[in-house]
Amino acid sequence: MEISTAVFYLIALITVGSAAVVTFSRNIIYSAFSLLGTFAGVAGLYIFLGADFVAGVQLLIYVGGILVLILFAVMLTHRITDVEITNRAAGRIPALVIVGVFLALLIQTVRETPWVKVKEVAYQPTTAKIGDLFLENYLLPFELASLVLLAAMIGAVVLSRKEIKE
Amino acid sequence: MDQPIQTDFIRWIVFLPLIGAIINGLLGAKIQKRLGKGAIGIIACTPVIIGFGLSVMALVRLTALPPEQRFLIDNLYTWIHLGSLKADMAFLVDPLSAVMILVVTGIGGLIHIYATGYMHDDNAFWRFFAYLNLFTAAMLALVLGDNLLLMFVGWEGVGLCSYALIGFWYHDHANARAGNKAFIVNRVGDFGFVLGVFLLFWSLDSQGHGTLTFREMARWASTLEGQTIWGLSVVTVATLFLFVGAAGKSAQIPLYVWLPDAMAGPTPVSALIHAATMVTAGVYMTARLNVFFSMAPFTLQLIAVIGLLTALVAATIALTQTDIKKVLAYSTVSQLGYMFIGVGVGGYAAAVFHLVTHAFFKACLFLGAGSVIHAMHHEQDMRKMGGLKQYMPLTFITFLISVLAIAGVPGTAGFFSKDEILWLAFSNHHPVIWGLAVLGAGMTAFYMFRQLFMVFFGESRADHHTREHLHESPRVMTLPLVILAIGALLVGWIGLPAVFGGSLFARWLEPVIAHGEHHGSHALELGLMAVSILVAASGALLSYLMYYRGAFSPDRFANLAGGFFYRLFDNKWYLDEIYQVVFVNGTLLLARFWSAFDHYIVDAIVNGAATLTRFVSWVNGLFDRYIIDGMVNALADIIFWTGNKFRRVQTGNINSYLYGILIAVVFAIIVKLRYWS
Amino acid sequence: MIFSPNELSSYLIIGAILFALGLFCVLTRRNAISVLMGVELILNSANVNYVAFSHFGSGNLDGQIYAMFVIMLAAAEAAVGLAIVLAIFQLFHTIDVEAAETLRE
Repeated sequence: MEISTAVFYLIALITVGSAAVVTFSRNIIYSAFSLLGTFAGVAGLYIFLGADFVAGVQLLIYVGGILVLILFAVMLTHRITDVEITNRAAGRIPALVIVGVFLALLIQTVRETPWVKVKEVAYQPTTAKIGDLFLENYLLPFELASLVLLAAMIGAVVLSRKEIKE
Repeated sequence: MDQPIQTDFIRWIVFLPLIGAIINGLLGAKIQKRLGKGAIGIIACTPVIIGFGLSVMALVRLTALPPEQRFLIDNLYTWIHLGSLKADMAFLVDPLSAVMILVVTGIGGLIHIYATGYMHDDNAFWRFFAYLNLFTAAMLALVLGDNLLLMFVGWEGVGLCSYALIGFWYHDHANARAGNKAFIVNRVGDFGFVLGVFLLFWSLDSQGHGTLTFREMARWASTLEGQTIWGLSVVTVATLFLFVGAAGKSAQIPLYVWLPDAMAGPTPVSALIHAATMVTAGVYMTARLNVFFSMAPFTLQLIAVIGLLTALVAATIALTQTDIKKVLAYSTVSQLGYMFIGVGVGGYAAAVFHLVTHAFFKACLFLGAGSVIHAMHHEQDMRKMGGLKQYMPLTFITFLISVLAIAGVPGTAGFFSKDEILWLAFSNHHPVIWGLAVLGAGMTAFYMFRQLFMVFFGESRADHHTREHLHESPRVMTLPLVILAIGALLVGWIGLPAVFGGSLFARWLEPVIAHGEHHGSHALELGLMAVSILVAASGALLSYLMYYRGAFSPDRFANLAGGFFYRLFDNKWYLDEIYQVVFVNGTLLLARFWSAFDHYIVDAIVNGAATLTRFVSWVNGLFDRYIIDGMVNALADIIFWTGNKFRRVQTGNINSYLYGILIAVVFAIIVKLRYWS
Repeated sequence: MIFSPNELSSYLIIGAILFALGLFCVLTRRNAISVLMGVELILNSANVNYVAFSHFGSGNLDGQIYAMFVIMLAAAEAAVGLAIVLAIFQLFHTIDVEAAETLRE
C-alpha cells in the first residue's frame, strides 16, 4: 500500500469520525470541537483533489472563522460553568431510519452510475487561474458575493445588538 | 456617377442661423434687457453674414471643379434607415443650391441688417430675430437638403416661421387671422407635396430603387417610364401632387389667397419670406425635380396655364390696389406666375434665373416700401402719400431702379429674366402664352409706375403732422437698399439672352438642369424683345399720363364697361368671397349637417344602446348576485374550511418540514432508480 | 470498486456519509447551534462533491469556484444564523428549536 493511500484512508477516517462525533455527541462543546476535525479532514481531501487554494480557503474560513463563531455562540448561550451542558436529541429512531434509507440510496447511486473520468488528472497550482476566473468569467457573481457578505454583516450586527432602551 | 466631395463646412451654413435662433429664442429677452437691442441684432445678423461667406466659399469650390462633378456634400449621419428607405442628414451644394443659398444668405443678410433699423422701436425685437433666424435656417435646410425628406423638414419649417412672422403683431386679431390663413392654405399644399413624395418613393421602390436622395432619384427616374396608377402615368400624378405643394408655397391659383394677407407681417418679413425666398421654394422644388416634371408633359402644360392665369389675375388685381404693400404682394404673385410659366415651358433655368433677379428687385421694392411706411408712421395707403421724392432721395432712387427692373427696362435684371421666359414660351410653340404674358408685363409696368408716381411724385397728400416728421431712413436701412438696387440693376447680366451670347447662368445650372432648347432665329428673338419692350413702355406711359400728368383721370378707365372690370379687380375677382362661400360656408354647412345627424341619429342610437345596456346589466346583476357570488362564496368557504383543517400541518417545527422534504427526496430517488433508469 | 484516492466514487461516498450525518444532526438536535453545525456538515459534503467532480470530471476549475462561493455563503449563513440564535436566546432564554414554535399560532 502506498503511503499516500494510507494518508487518504486516515484523512477519510478523521473526517467521517469527527462528523460522527459532531452528530452523536451529548456535549455540545465536544460537538463544536469535533467540527474542527471534519473541516480539517475535508481540507485534506481537497488537497488530494488538487485544489490547493480551496483547501487554504477551507482552513481559513471554516476553521478560522465559522468554527470560532460557533464556539462563541455556544459560550454565549450556555453558562460554561454549568455542569450539564445539554445537547438533547429527539426522535432518533425515525430519523435513523430515514437517513439510513437515504444514505443507502446515495451510495447505491454512486456505485451504479458509470462516472466519466478524465484520463490524465493533472496536479497544478490553481491560485492564479482561480484569480483570473474570478475577475473574468465570474466577475459578476464575485461582486455580488461581496454584497451578500456586506448584507450578512449588517444583518448580523442588527440582529445581535442589544436593544437600547431610552 | 462620381462620388460627391465631402465638405464639412456646409453644415454651418444651416446650423449658424439655427444657433442664432436658439440663443435669441431662449435668452433673447434677457439679452435685450441687459445688453440692449444692438446685441440681439449682432447675434442675429452675424450667422447669416458668415453663412453668406461660407456660401461664397462653396461657390468658389464649385467653380474649381469640372462642370459635371460640381457636387459638394456634407453628410452628417444616417438619419433614417427603415427597410428600403434610407435618408441621410446630408447637405448638398450643387450649382442650383449654390445659387439658392447665395440668394437666401445674401439677400437674407441684407434684410436682417435692414430689420435691425426697421424693428428698432418694437419691444419684441428679440422674438422677431429669433423667428427670422429660424426661418433662414429652415430655408437653407430646404435648399441644401440632399433628399426629399430633409427638404420637407425645411419646407414645413419655413411654413411655420412664416406663420409666426405674419402673426408677429398678434395683438391685432386680423394679423393672427392672416397667419392662420397662410398656415391652413399652406397645409393644403403640403398635403399634396407629401402625397407626391410618397408616390414617387413608392413607385421608385417598386422598381427596386427606393430612394429619396435627389441625385439617386434623378438617376433612376427613367425606370418610372410606363408605370401607371389609376390609369394615369405615375410621373404625371406624382408631379401634379408635387405641383399642388408648389402652388401652395409659391402662391399660385387657386392657393394664392394667403400671400396678400401675409402682408400683415412686418415689412422685412414680407421682403424676405413673402417675396425673396420662401415663396420661391415651389419654383426651387420643381427645378430640383425637373427630371420628373420633364417626363410629365401634361403636368407641365397645366403648370404653364396656372402660371399664366396667376400672372394675369394677380396683375389685374394689382392695378387697383391702394395699399402700398398689397400692390407689391400681388406683383409678387404675378411674378411667381411668370416663374411657373418658365417651368411650364421647360425653362427651369430661366425660372430660377427670374427667381434670383426677382429676389433682388422685389426685396428692394419691399424694403423701399418699408422705408416709406417707416417714415409715414405706418401709413400704408398710397392715396395719402405723394411727393416723397424730396424727403427720401435714397429710397426714391433705389425704388426707381427696382421699378425699372420689374417693368423690364432693357439692361436691368428683370428685363433679361422675364424676356428669357417669354422667349422660351414663344420658341416652344406657346404663342398664346407668350402674348398674354406680354400683356401681363405691360400691366406690370403700369401698376409699378403707378405706385412710383403715387408715392414719390406730385403733391404730398399726407396730413400736416406726418409731413413735418418725414425723414430719410437711417443708414442701416438705406445701405441694404442701395446694395439691392445695384443688384437689381446688374444681376441680369449673368443671364444674357442667346442673341447676345447666351446665358452664363443657364450654363452654370446645366449639370443639374438640362438646358432648354431654343428654336427660332435671333432676328425673331430680337423682334419679340422689341414687342415686349414696347408693351411695357406703353404701360409705363399710360401710367405717366394718368398719375403724373393727370392727362386723363383714372376714373375714366374705372368706369369702362360700367365699372365691371374695376369692381372685379378691386375685389380681387371675388376669390376670397368665393372661397368663403364654397369652402368656409361649405364646411360650416357640412358641420351643421353632421351636427344634426349626430343629434338625431347617432344620439338616438347611443341612447337606445344605453337603455339596452342598462336592462342587460340589471339581468346580469341578478345573475351575478345569486349564481356567481354563490359559487365564489362556496369556493371561499371550501378553502377556508380546508385551510382550517390543514393549519395543523404548519407546526413551525423545522424538523417536521425536513422530514417531509426528505421523504419526498427518498421517494423521488427510488422512483428514479427503479423505474426510470 | 476500490476505495482509493484515485477513484471519484470514494470521494462521493465520503460526501454522502457526511451529508447523512449532517442530515441526522439537523433532524434530531434540539439545540439551534447544533442544527447549524449539521448544516455546515451538509455544506461541506456538497463542497467535497463539487471539488471531486471538478478534479475528475471536467478538468477545469468551475467546480472549485462554486465550492468557494458555497464557502462564502456558509460564512454569511453562519454569521446571520448565529446572530439569529443569539437574538432568540435573548428573547426566549433558550435555544431549543421546539421552544420557538410561534409560527403556528
